[in-house]
This record gives sequence, C-alpha cells and structure tokens, in this order.
Amino acid sequence: MSLREGPLQDLKVPLTLAAALAAVVAVVAAIALLISTRREPLQDQVYDAGRVVADRVMGPVSGVLSTPGQWLAAGNSAVGQYLFAVQENKRLKAQVAELKQWRNAAIALEDINSRYRDLLGLKIDPPIPMVTARVVLDSRGPFANTRLANAGKEKGVVIGNPVMSETGLVGRVVGVGDGVSRILLLTDASSRTPVLIDRTNARAILSGDGGRNPTLDYLRGAGAVQNGDSVLTSGDGGVIPRGLPVGTAVKGLDGRWRIRLAADEGGIDFVRILQFKGFADLAHQAALAQTRMPPLTDANPAAVMPMTAPIAPKPSVTPRPVQPQ
Amino acid sequence: MSFQAARPLDAWNWLILPGLACLVASLVLALPFQLFGFSWPEPVFVLVPAFVWAVVRPSILPPIILFGLGLCLDLMWGNAAGVWPLSILVGYLAVLATRGMASGQGREANWIWFGLMCGLVELIAYLVTAISTQVAPNLAGAGWQWLVTTALYPIAHRLIERFEDTDVRYR
Repeated sequence: MSLREGPLQDLKVPLTLAAALAAVVAVVAAIALLISTRREPLQDQVYDAGRVVADRVMGPVSGVLSTPGQWLAAGNSAVGQYLFAVQENKRLKAQVAELKQWRNAAIALEDINSRYRDLLGLKIDPPIPMVTARVVLDSRGPFANTRLANAGKEKGVVIGNPVMSETGLVGRVVGVGDGVSRILLLTDASSRTPVLIDRTNARAILSGDGGRNPTLDYLRGAGAVQNGDSVLTSGDGGVIPRGLPVGTAVKGLDGRWRIRLAADEGGIDFVRILQFKGFADLAHQAALAQTRMPPLTDANPAAVMPMTAPIAPKPSVTPRPVQPQ
Repeated sequence: MSFQAARPLDAWNWLILPGLACLVASLVLALPFQLFGFSWPEPVFVLVPAFVWAVVRPSILPPIILFGLGLCLDLMWGNAAGVWPLSILVGYLAVLATRGMASGQGREANWIWFGLMCGLVELIAYLVTAISTQVAPNLAGAGWQWLVTTALYPIAHRLIERFEDTDVRYR
C-alpha cells in the first residue's frame, strides 16, 4: 500500500514550514562543517580529500575554459605592442642605458661578495629549483584570495612552497593534488608573511585582508618605514627564503602602512613555484638521527664527565698596531 | 480543470538548471582574465535562485541544493568549508520569514528586498571570515561584491515572472 493511499493521504505539510525546517537543519550542518574544518594553510591534513578531488576536477575544466581568454589577452597584447611600438622602443632604450650602469655595479659587488665569502668561509644557500605553472582559476573575492595552478605532486610541488610571478611574491602553496595546486595569495585574509623593510632592516608581518593592498603589522620603531620603501621577505620562520621582492610601502587611507604588491605589476597567467627547503629540510637527517644523546642518569655529572686539565690563563699580550708595508 | 493552490514544477527547469547555471557563471568569472588591468567582479550568483526559490515556491529541496551550491563555492574560491552554505541559507531563511509581507510587490520593491538579502548574506560571510581568520576583511571588497550581486536582480525577476504562475499564493 503506497503512502498516497494510506491513512496519511490527507496529511499536507505546510510548504513554508517544511522549507524553513530543512533550511534550519542545513544551517546546523553548515555550522558543524565550519567548526570541524578550521583553515590552517600549512597543515597537510586540513587540505582534505574533498578539496583535492574538487581541485583535480576544476583544474582541467577551468584550464580549457580559460584558453579562449588567454588567446584574447594575447591578441590584445599583440595589437597594443604594434600600436605603441615606437613609444615602447624609446622607453626600452632608456631602460637599457640605465640597466647597463646597474650591471657594472652588480659585477663589482658580486666580485666583492665572493671575496668576502671566501674570507669568511661562509656557506650560502643553494640555488632554489623552480616549476613554472599556468594559473587556471583566480578567486579574488573579499573573503578568499586563492589561485589554482596546473602543476602539482608530479612536479614535486609541496605544501608551503613560495610562489612568485615575474615581478614579485604572489603567495604560497596550501594544497597539492595530481596536476594541480592551490595557492594562497598574500592578499587573503588568512595570509601572514614575515617581511622586512629593505632600507632599515625592520621586521614586520604582512597580513592580507581581502583587499589589493595587505597591511604591515607588528612594525616596531619610529621611522622604520617611509613611503616608497622596498619590502622583501625576511625569511623568518624558514617557510619562505629571504630577499624575495614583495612590493613597496604606502600609507593607506586608514593611516596604516600597506604594501603595493610587486606581483600586481605583472600578468596573472603564469607563476613560478619555488621548491624551497628550509635549513631543517636541507640538514642531513640520517646523520642527525645517528647522533645519540647521552643516557639519562641520576649520577653526579662531575663524576661522570672525564676530568680535563684546567684552562691556563692566557698571557697578557699588548696588541701591536699593524705597520703598513 | 482543478484550482489547486500549487501544481508540480518541473524540477529540471526550476531547480537543477538555475543551480548549474550559477556554478558555470561563477566558474567563468573566476577565470584568470584581465582587461586593461582590471579583473572581472566576483558576484554570488547563487543568491539569485536562493531568492526566487524562497519567494515563489518554498519547499524542502531548495535548502539542500543551496547547501550543495554553497559548498561548491567554498571549494571553488578556497573559503573555509561552510562559509557560503551558512551565509546563503541565513539569507534564504530571512526571505522566507518575510515572504508573506513582501510577496506580490513590484519590481523596485523586490529589488530592494533582494539587495537587503544580499547585504545580510555578505554580513554573515564577513563575520564568519573575521572570526575564523582574526582579521577584519576589507569592507570595500565586501561592499563591491554586494553591489555587483545586487545588480543581478533582473535575472531573478525573469525567473520570478517565468515561475510565478506555479503558485497562486505568490501573486
């Protein structure tokens, strides 16, 4: 006997009430979902399987959909280059003349730097391998600023890798799947990046708020920053290498120091994912693991430790000035 | 000919097609494309069917579909899971609660009603994001999104005109 023919056949649930009840249940489910999945970008386990699957589906789909737009942009760029070729030629000639001077200065500085490194026996960071990827999705709303790039696990991309455009830092990888990775932009409300002011070496934290210009927080010292100061990554924390260009400082309308991002000057279609490893990753983990700690004991350390001869006091020597040859 | 208050709706045209269209439109506007240095705006298309479903013919299915659509937006835009389902459903509930008062009004009154719903949804999303990230999101960005979403009302009006005959209580 079907329900329609039974004793409940005359039962009619008010539509609005039923809809309201369903909506309330869905609201409770949404709140439970929100509480259960906190957004911690650098924790691998938070980027759950659902997001990985969604990114894997959206990556190829938006890649195909964005192709006509890229053709249009390339056509627009070609027309612009053709129309403004003379003006562009003059600008580039002036730029080349200026850059020649910088090149000479850079060669001299590189020479001095290498001599200092040899003298100090300084170990510098190894070069960082990079992966170039095409952006296939660009979310730029007030509550989330992320991009989807078409390079993932298969190219060695891991969570935490910094991402740059041709002109500056863009953000960092917060999720990786096969053939796709999710990039959290510097402008996202949950983004925090340690930076420094190039001129004064003052440290600060760059905090996104969903707008185009993220803010400089925890900036200490009077006069630590001025309009137009270059801002670089500080490398503090070991997630992002030191010295990547971030942008220039500007005073916001709200009186807070903000950053005009260098990445905004370039295109948004291609990015470089830096496969950066911090010192902890570069250290030879196997060798470190073999180092054994001394066993725990309640014996007197003085009795356990081998006796060493007392250090004799150094004879006092008056330093003599070096005579020029 | 029966004079029923409501007659069955074609689920494909009433529920599935508008939902899919919203997802496709959101995906297209999220593509990385700039014209003269400006990107596309990012309106919340899902609010259009959410408003129409609450105004013309409330039922059990739309809240469930809105939950799914909101979750898709979270996954697409990279929000914390639950931000958009919660915000959209609160907006849906608000329209449902005021349905008796505002049903059958003219285009301008409905547009204002839709704008208020969009404002409430943006407010919820703003508060949830502020609480979860400990940072107040950019007000201008939220205001711009509210404006471009409110500007979508003509699409909602077309849907209302197309489906208002299915429930005589709306008129």
